[in-house]
Amino acid sequence: MENYVVEMLNIRKEFPGIVANDNITLQVQEGEIHALLGENGAGKSTLMNVLFGLYQPEKGEIRVNGKAVKITDPNVANNLGIGMVHQHFMLVDTFTVTQNIILGSEPKKGGKIDLKKAEQEVAELSDRYGLKVDPRAKIKDISVGMQQRVEILKTLYRGAEVLILDEPTAVLTPQEIKELIEIMRSLIKEGKSIILITHKLKEIMEVCDRCTVVRKGQGIGTVDVKDTSPDELASLMVGREISFTTEKTAAVPKDQILSVKSLQVQDSRKVGMVKGLDLEVRAGEIVGIAGVDGNGQSELIEAITGLRKVESGSIHLNGKAITNLPPRKVTDSGVSHIPQDRHKFGLVLDFPVGENMVLQTYYKKPFAKKSVLSYKNIYSHAKRLIEEYDVRTPSEYTKARALSGGNQQKAIIGREVDRSPDLLIAAQPTRGLDVGAIEFIHKKLIEERDKGRAVLLLSFELDEILNVSDRIAVMFDGKIVANVNPSETNEQELGLLMAGSTVEKDGER
Amino acid sequence: MMFTNRMFNILVPVISVLLGLIAGAIIMASFGYNPLNGYQALWAGSFGDIYYFGETIRQVTPYIFTGLAVAFAFRSGLFNIGAEGQVIVGWLASVWVGAAFDAPMIIHLPLALLAAALAGAIWGFIPGLLKAKLGVHEVIITIMMNYIALHVSNALIRSVLSENQDSSDPIKESASLASNWLMEMTSYSRLHFGILIALFAAMIMWFLLEKTTAGFELRSVGFNQHASRYAGMNVGKNIILAMVISGAFAGLGGAMEGLGTFGYMPTHSAFTNLGFDGIAVALLGGNNAFGVVLAALLFGTLKIGALNMPTAADVPSELVEIVIALIIFFVASSYIIRWVLLRFKKEGK
Repeated sequence: MENYVVEMLNIRKEFPGIVANDNITLQVQEGEIHALLGENGAGKSTLMNVLFGLYQPEKGEIRVNGKAVKITDPNVANNLGIGMVHQHFMLVDTFTVTQNIILGSEPKKGGKIDLKKAEQEVAELSDRYGLKVDPRAKIKDISVGMQQRVEILKTLYRGAEVLILDEPTAVLTPQEIKELIEIMRSLIKEGKSIILITHKLKEIMEVCDRCTVVRKGQGIGTVDVKDTSPDELASLMVGREISFTTEKTAAVPKDQILSVKSLQVQDSRKVGMVKGLDLEVRAGEIVGIAGVDGNGQSELIEAITGLRKVESGSIHLNGKAITNLPPRKVTDSGVSHIPQDRHKFGLVLDFPVGENMVLQTYYKKPFAKKSVLSYKNIYSHAKRLIEEYDVRTPSEYTKARALSGGNQQKAIIGREVDRSPDLLIAAQPTRGLDVGAIEFIHKKLIEERDKGRAVLLLSFELDEILNVSDRIAVMFDGKIVANVNPSETNEQELGLLMAGSTVEKDGER
Repeated sequence: MMFTNRMFNILVPVISVLLGLIAGAIIMASFGYNPLNGYQALWAGSFGDIYYFGETIRQVTPYIFTGLAVAFAFRSGLFNIGAEGQVIVGWLASVWVGAAFDAPMIIHLPLALLAAALAGAIWGFIPGLLKAKLGVHEVIITIMMNYIALHVSNALIRSVLSENQDSSDPIKESASLASNWLMEMTSYSRLHFGILIALFAAMIMWFLLEKTTAGFELRSVGFNQHASRYAGMNVGKNIILAMVISGAFAGLGGAMEGLGTFGYMPTHSAFTNLGFDGIAVALLGGNNAFGVVLAALLFGTLKIGALNMPTAADVPSELVEIVIALIIFFVASSYIIRWVLLRFKKEGK
């Protein structure tokens, strides 16, 4: 017989007005990596929160090691050997790795915390699973990838046998993802079981043994990964056929729209991040910027859009200098910007969707006349965009906060694209979105290109860069180190270029 | 699902007030005073006869202004603790202009009001500027500005506005908001025309915030400075503007005392508390112009009605203050009530 460590049988969870989980069954075998696949809002997180004791199911049964259990809160889950690594880390920045790990279950010696012993234990655990975490480093000094490992260690320290990883790769660079996969494999070797929440099919194909699919709250079924294909998984998840390679014709680049020359930009700590960068984007082409996070991409985009001061160099749009113009002037001269962080920059979450749709244009006709807002025009404009861009929201009066990530992003894209800019900057436009939304957004970007607009795409997803761009500019250490044609390159080569190992770079130094 | 946000925003303060009243009743009862008598005295002392009614409305007037001041800053993401100091400088400026020269009322009164608004605005401008340019937290600066306002105004009253007296010279008739007609109607309470200006100001705040592009920017900056900057708004300018307008409201609150209630300005040994109470008024009113008017009404009622409790119901005035403090406490902890309501809503479904 199968040896299940965790079974969730016919789980049903309702919230006022919606059924978040309906008749979902998830059975995890010992020593397997089990994927939980579904679109944003399909009910994956709800299901895991039920397992972790944050929600109580209305119907269904949970069994751990074959015994029926009632998980009333996360402590019960911990005691049963279930640990969860949330998508947003729950770490104290100013504490060390060890302090964070022992938080809540500190080893004590005579009323004092035995930090030495704890550090030793953490180091041992870290070694055993190949995590390479320094127990004494402070959280604020280590990378996001390392922080994630600390979260994993936290669950292991508490004796977790089953680890739930909630979209663990969403925040990682390609290199870190590889390392995480190694870690997951070594965890399995030591007899742990993993539930991987994700909507990235590639990862599932690479590491998972079996995959349970949920769609719109319904359990669709469980498949063996070795018997399936990404296409099958995608259609199971979305309920229709999905095309991965975005269909597009060859680009017909025309006039130069954006020209950046020997640009130098510092970050907020006054460290040079963009170091003499040259870049050009023409009308009718999509230029993808590939690079490992932290090589000056964000600073470059902030400099172009007027959000960050340019130290030296120039930025021209349609031949006119826009260097160090305030954001509004840059916007008015024909730049739209889909920002990297949609919650921080893209939206005022407590404003209704309708007001977010006029965030840059509220003072212009027809949205305002003589400084008095016309809500009628604002909301009819919003209504049109909501329909055109398929933003799923109860109404245009709903607060942006209440929308799912994908719909928030669609709202931003609608707003930015609708202004019909000469230059459209899209920074990680599909971060954290499911395949359906990604497909939609890629289509829109290509549509804009075909209308003769210049598109600058920044992404850490190589797939996206390779699929959508007409030209790839590889950014490393504050410079464009290579311009490559997507049809003449592959992930390997790009990966190497992004790591800085180029002939050109060697020549420079 | 019909348990909407709006209903929520109304329900929470109402429940807070009720809980406060209940807690106050328990305190009174446990000290051996009859809470029913106590609250009866409170009611009689605020609305019981026309004189008390007039006094209550008079007290409500500056509360509306300070409530609006704090609420306006709140909506723009700022915590203006400086309403107190802005009230004091507004009061001072209004009696200064009111006493310093003669002019027909149609010029003199608006001028005195304008002076008060301007003084409050300047008092708000300084912390606004420091916040916008240097990132200094407005709470610290406004607290300090309160002390500066208190002591500078005392010095000015003694040296400039009077000859070494403990109060300024009285203002001229032509700058006064007081009205014999209103006084006679309310059997000689100190009710004055300021209440009309206060209600008008509430309308202005509503219109400015909800209906204009400037209000759109202020609210946007209040919610999310990063997104506002991204959208091309000048965050610093909006911070300053918010503090200036907030200060002007509070300054006008001071003018209500200077031109309406008193007709002069006494030296103060301590703060008037009008500004500090304004924080509670704004909170209770949900930082919304209409809500502020209602909250100010409640605070004025409590303040004036409480004066009657020691005499009519033998409740010591200290206990009265505890009761009022309890009401404020429950308002301030409305978070808890919100949580319970949400819980309730979930279970009910």
